[in-house]
Amino acid sequence: MNEAETQSSANDKLLSALSRLMGGENAYHITPTGEVVMCCALVDLLDVLKTLKDDEELCFSQLTDITAVDYPERELRFEMVYQLLSVKKNRRVRLVVAVGESDIVPSVVPLYSSANWAEREVWDMFGIFFSGHPDMRRLLTDYGFEGHPLRKDFPLTGYVEVRYSETERRVVYEPTKLVQEFRDFDFLSPWEGMQMPNLAAEEDEEQEKAGE
Amino acid sequence: MMDTNQSQLAPLQADSPIPPGADQDAILSAVTDELTNRGFVIAQADKLFNWARTGSLWPMTFGLACCAVEMIHSAASRYDLDRYGMLFRPSPRQSDVMIVAGTLTNKMAPALRRVYDQMPEPRWVLSMGSCANGGGYYHYSYAVVRGCDRIVPVDVYVPGCPPTAEALIYGLLQLQKKIKRTATIARS
Repeated sequence: MNEAETQSSANDKLLSALSRLMGGENAYHITPTGEVVMCCALVDLLDVLKTLKDDEELCFSQLTDITAVDYPERELRFEMVYQLLSVKKNRRVRLVVAVGESDIVPSVVPLYSSANWAEREVWDMFGIFFSGHPDMRRLLTDYGFEGHPLRKDFPLTGYVEVRYSETERRVVYEPTKLVQEFRDFDFLSPWEGMQMPNLAAEEDEEQEKAGE
Repeated sequence: MMDTNQSQLAPLQADSPIPPGADQDAILSAVTDELTNRGFVIAQADKLFNWARTGSLWPMTFGLACCAVEMIHSAASRYDLDRYGMLFRPSPRQSDVMIVAGTLTNKMAPALRRVYDQMPEPRWVLSMGSCANGGGYYHYSYAVVRGCDRIVPVDVYVPGCPPTAEALIYGLLQLQKKIKRTATIARS
């Protein structure tokens, strides 16, 4: 009981510090799995992160990950996600920022140096540009690769594929030609959607009729 | 396989080992007698070269992904590859066969071709695992070469994801048989 009390009180302190930081009621929400998620606007990003890092109560000294999610139907297409870890307080928090397609996001490398490669990866995969980044170039994709693969409008198989050309004596890029298209199997169970007869209720009805 | 003076020995099969017993002792003593008496043994040149090539097939490991671990398994103590004479060389200049073990991505393809080009003739390629055979698990990906045979000519394909160490050894033994069947002394 004691441990749960201290944990919940520690949690309360975090949550109250967060709402103090964001200056309002809708500072955070807690997912069903118990994770704390915060939203902020792009203009406040650096200030919020700086406070999250420096405040004694919050003390999120480590940036674990930066990723993005693509929601093409929204006006601000991307949602950038910053995962933070406080080693001292043993807590994690997630900061979510809505970013448009042509928005330029300030780089958080001056605050957290682990953001360096994470931002390169986001640039490579999504095309979100970071201003002030010391080394903005691709990380995972091939050297002359065009396109941002994790966007929803990028096809799974891509636009080019590779083979070795005997005549040119080097590896050449050609438009993709698949022998068999990608097949998506729907593994819905055959039992779902079936109308199971309610045998117990039918038996009761029959007994009632026989008893009458 | 050899000319011997004794004609009562059973004719030797080219590819199978001599069964243990009196026959084996007779053959071995015949060879050593011939060496001591005449000073040389006669054999067919290409059979000799094939024996040398298959008996000491040095792989150049191209361990790219998970299949590399199964390759390590096959070289470790249980399925020891060293007893087949296979010694893993880190340099392509000193190797005979290249085992492409793992997923070949677009970024890696020019490097693979370069390593293959650096291998001296005679050279063979063994494609290990379903990613190297035909793209495998990542066949529909934008960044994967759908089979290393788009980049290098392959001699033996070993299926599996990953192939068991035993399957890789089976594939290497198949490669040995292929070498015995098809290799010639004449330069192409």
